[in-house]
Amino acid sequence: MAWDLIGKDFVPPDIRGKVTGRAKYAEDYRAEGMVFGRVLTSPVPHANIVNIDASEALAMDGVLGILTADDEGLDGLLTNEPKFVGDFILAIAATDETTAQDAIDRVNLEFEPLPYTVDPLESLYPGGPDARADGNNVGGGRTGLELRRVKWTAADFASVAEDQLPMGDAVIEWAFGDLDAGFEDAVYLIDESFVTQGNSHHSMEPRTAMAYWENGKCYVHSGSQSLTASLPSIAAQLGVGLDDFVYINEYCGGGFGSKGTPGQTVGIAGHLSRKISRPVMLRVSRHEEYYIGSARGSLQGRVRMGFAADGTVTAIDFSVVQDGGANGGFQDAGDAAAALSIIYQPGAMRFRGIPVVTNTTPRGPQRGPGQNQIAAAVEPLIDRAARELGLDRLAIRRANAPDNSGTVGGRQLLVSSAYMPEALDKGAAAFDWEARSQTSGQRNGSKVRGVGIGQAYHDVGRTGYDGLVVLTPDGKLQLHSGVGNLGTYSYASTVRAAAEILKCDWENCVIHQGTNARFLPWASTQTGSNTSWTMSRTNYVAAVDAVDKLKEIAAMDLGGEPGDYDIGEHRVFATEDPERFLTYAQAAQRAIEIGGRFSGETPPDDIHEVTRLAVAGIAGTGLVGVAKDKLRMEGDIPALACGFAAVDVDIETGKIDILDYVGVADCGTVFHPQGLSQQLRGGGVWGVGLALFERQIYDPQNGLPGNTGFEQCKPPTYLDLPSEMRWAAVDIADPQNPVGARGIGEPPMGACAAAILCAISDALGGHVFNRTPVVPDMIVNYVAGRDQSSRPLQLHTA
Amino acid sequence: MSRDMMASFELYQPDSVENAVDLLSRFGEDGWAVAGGHDTLDWFKDRAKYASNVVDLTGIAELRGIRETADGVEIGALTTLTEIEQSNLIQERYGVLADAARRVASPQIRNTGTIGGNVNQDARCWYYRYGVDCYRAGGTTCYADTPEGQNREHCLWGADRCVAVSPSDTAPALVALDARMVVRSSDGEREVAAEDYFIGPDVDIERMTILEPGELLTAVRLPGDWAGATFYFEKVADRNTWDFALVNIAAAMVVEGGTISRIRMAAGAVECVPRRLTVVEQVVTGSEKNEETAALAGQAAVRGATPLNYNHFKIPLLENLVKRAIRDA
Repeated sequence: MAWDLIGKDFVPPDIRGKVTGRAKYAEDYRAEGMVFGRVLTSPVPHANIVNIDASEALAMDGVLGILTADDEGLDGLLTNEPKFVGDFILAIAATDETTAQDAIDRVNLEFEPLPYTVDPLESLYPGGPDARADGNNVGGGRTGLELRRVKWTAADFASVAEDQLPMGDAVIEWAFGDLDAGFEDAVYLIDESFVTQGNSHHSMEPRTAMAYWENGKCYVHSGSQSLTASLPSIAAQLGVGLDDFVYINEYCGGGFGSKGTPGQTVGIAGHLSRKISRPVMLRVSRHEEYYIGSARGSLQGRVRMGFAADGTVTAIDFSVVQDGGANGGFQDAGDAAAALSIIYQPGAMRFRGIPVVTNTTPRGPQRGPGQNQIAAAVEPLIDRAARELGLDRLAIRRANAPDNSGTVGGRQLLVSSAYMPEALDKGAAAFDWEARSQTSGQRNGSKVRGVGIGQAYHDVGRTGYDGLVVLTPDGKLQLHSGVGNLGTYSYASTVRAAAEILKCDWENCVIHQGTNARFLPWASTQTGSNTSWTMSRTNYVAAVDAVDKLKEIAAMDLGGEPGDYDIGEHRVFATEDPERFLTYAQAAQRAIEIGGRFSGETPPDDIHEVTRLAVAGIAGTGLVGVAKDKLRMEGDIPALACGFAAVDVDIETGKIDILDYVGVADCGTVFHPQGLSQQLRGGGVWGVGLALFERQIYDPQNGLPGNTGFEQCKPPTYLDLPSEMRWAAVDIADPQNPVGARGIGEPPMGACAAAILCAISDALGGHVFNRTPVVPDMIVNYVAGRDQSSRPLQLHTA
Repeated sequence: MSRDMMASFELYQPDSVENAVDLLSRFGEDGWAVAGGHDTLDWFKDRAKYASNVVDLTGIAELRGIRETADGVEIGALTTLTEIEQSNLIQERYGVLADAARRVASPQIRNTGTIGGNVNQDARCWYYRYGVDCYRAGGTTCYADTPEGQNREHCLWGADRCVAVSPSDTAPALVALDARMVVRSSDGEREVAAEDYFIGPDVDIERMTILEPGELLTAVRLPGDWAGATFYFEKVADRNTWDFALVNIAAAMVVEGGTISRIRMAAGAVECVPRRLTVVEQVVTGSEKNEETAALAGQAAVRGATPLNYNHFKIPLLENLVKRAIRDA
């Protein structure tokens, strides 16, 4: 379908502020009488706080107050049982930040050290340490599982070799098909255990918050990925109603999953502000972000795969232990399993997983949680199967790649659409796979050439959210976007669906976003790459509602039935006589005069309370289009990506040069080409980090984190990347989205990581490392015939 | 533990070396000289180290610049790494130093980071930087030299209660060039060979150089002996910018008729000081510059290396880098 706006580049309105420096992030705001808060974080991985002596601190000039876990209503924002180095214990406010830190330094903590662990397998061993004093060591966080206590038997551990993952009782399990038959049908089997190490989100903007109270209303500034989705939880955290809470979140300096919801600092700033009756800025530094922020969950996994002679995957048996950090973590384990099921479409599969609480940084969803780790771990094994079966590595992927008959997960959900074969073909052509694959193993001095392909997946659709648009008497279309501004510009690209349906010139559109004071509808969290699919639907239904109302008003004023009218060129006109029309401006004025549902005075019953408040705010300003997304949503909405990489491996230094990279997206209709290129290339850069550099380090002897700075976390730099990262897209519409779009942000990372790791294996003559990232010492040790420093399933090592 | 919030201090901004050393002499242990600030500000913001009197050297013009001397070149300690990297004089005569400076950190850091700061920077052991009470910090233990200590970046030689390594990229180049370090104090000026400027934990576990409180590195002098020699510098780090070396290597050699007649070589990140590879120098001097000599040099370089649990990869890595220095220079 030909669109006027969809698929075209545009300049999102916040670009100018970002490139001129005028954009104001949470830390840039000031309020009259504002003071500063600092947080005392735990110096130990696990303890009971026995006594807090803050008398000396509170006696200092300029110190205004303290908040501890014993204050009412904090609900876990601060703790007397810190569970990782960096856990928040108390906060102090002072007239300036230095004084606040000086006061923190004068607090005397008396604590009783408790057992701790940085290794999930140790916690699962009989008598092993528990990360929580209540003894629960599994579940919690955002795993979707109740906290519980699980210990495996010594026999569980003894039943496997040292380099194999043991698997006792799992807490997440699903299966489909006949696994035994699947393995019996296989002519080639793979059975490998692996480790993928967690890594920091290292968002550019730390999770700073500023809060103040005026006349019972609470105002909070923070940089979060989401906006209206966060309102109920923050308001509840601060004990205020939705109509007494104003959230200002115009820009978010990166979140990558770690700021799907605003987190602790917002609540602490709000409570501290209320307690001392002053606005409070709780600044989090870049340094602190690394150990109080969030990180990707580590996986210790084992995968058994059976292959038929033609390369099709007959069976997968996947088990995984997930390091959930101090909070229990996210759903990485299950997401990894789902990714295996869709990418390889096995005839039968069993999944067993267990997320374990450890005394490490809390884990949250990070760009393709679970899915990207498993792509990095398993794609090189597919190459091994291809070699053993005498198949081309592109051909084996094509043999398994999901199309429109593809299914996902234990329930075998049918995909809304999937075009991975087309994506692979497009990438192979752009990369010239046929010719480039002939260069495998070519030697140039100490450098060896390798090429590789990677594939990855993420699920990207939700439903039930609201859209809100207003045609105002000045002829403008007011587009109200309730999602956050993560940096993907999807807050702006998705409202273009409404402008498209209303056939409005983009110049006549005004986007409202950044704070619920601008009357924003209930929206999804801006997470999981779902904004494009989910929020283009809400904008579509709001626009359709506006179109219907335009036609109703035209029929009322100009005669006939609503069905006699059409829209175009900012007019609603009679189809039979286009000169009989109302302009949008005139219709908007009439909506105000008619009132009721036309002007928003009587909104629909099925919209969310957040949207109801927003509609109340703009009622009477024009023709209001507002609706809840109740469009068809069936099965799984996939985002799929593949990548092609060429590398040189220097076998004397272990260094990797990435010579070329092509990333391809299967994301339905291309919504916003520049945004898509940013996701494919930016995700690719993250993939380089996952493959080669980034990992969290902990000393198991004391629980100390080794990553307390940008330099130690090692995200890729420009000089670690190819000079150009190329991209392409399949660009075939998804039938369950009215403009054909699906999201894409997450899998380009896993596809790139996997492609690079496959290329390294290719250069080294076969798959060697069941561990990510692959760092120079691993290659140097391998080439020198030395043992690797880390034990096979060891986590958190350098 | 990072606090990222500096405590208050008195700031002094002298305009001459004389004033600077007077101030540093007066403050002694409670004085701190700062130039580019890349090491200092981390310590101060983390509140892991503190001095109540900070002497800012950046206003001292005589500490800046690259000058020809009767016997070589003198580089003021305040000369930035970018200035060294881009100096025609250094590139033409002492290319190994230009190459080393080019591999330090990132362009932004090199624009303000100085040669003095690069050679005087403190150990980068992550435990020490974290602010734990290790031997180097005046405590009674080493966190890295333990069965489970995460010591991938640590030393192969010279462990003595501390296993931190020399983090500088320019220091091995200066040792290879037989540079002289010019030190001023209120007692006057002294000149020390680069090789002797750096000290290990066996000499003083709380310092990385011979500088005593009240002393200031004012310049680095490069003698003419090695001007225009055949050079080699290579740094292997995880990332290609803004990363410390896993191992680096610097070599200066004179090759006559295919034979190595003279050579000096030093490696960084394998010992607390830049490790002068005198064994290699002896093995290859007088030998043809070829693959066989290179291989022998690599093997000689790693003799006696004592790895920790996570850093034995440095043995083949150093061996390969030494081999490349002979083979590819």
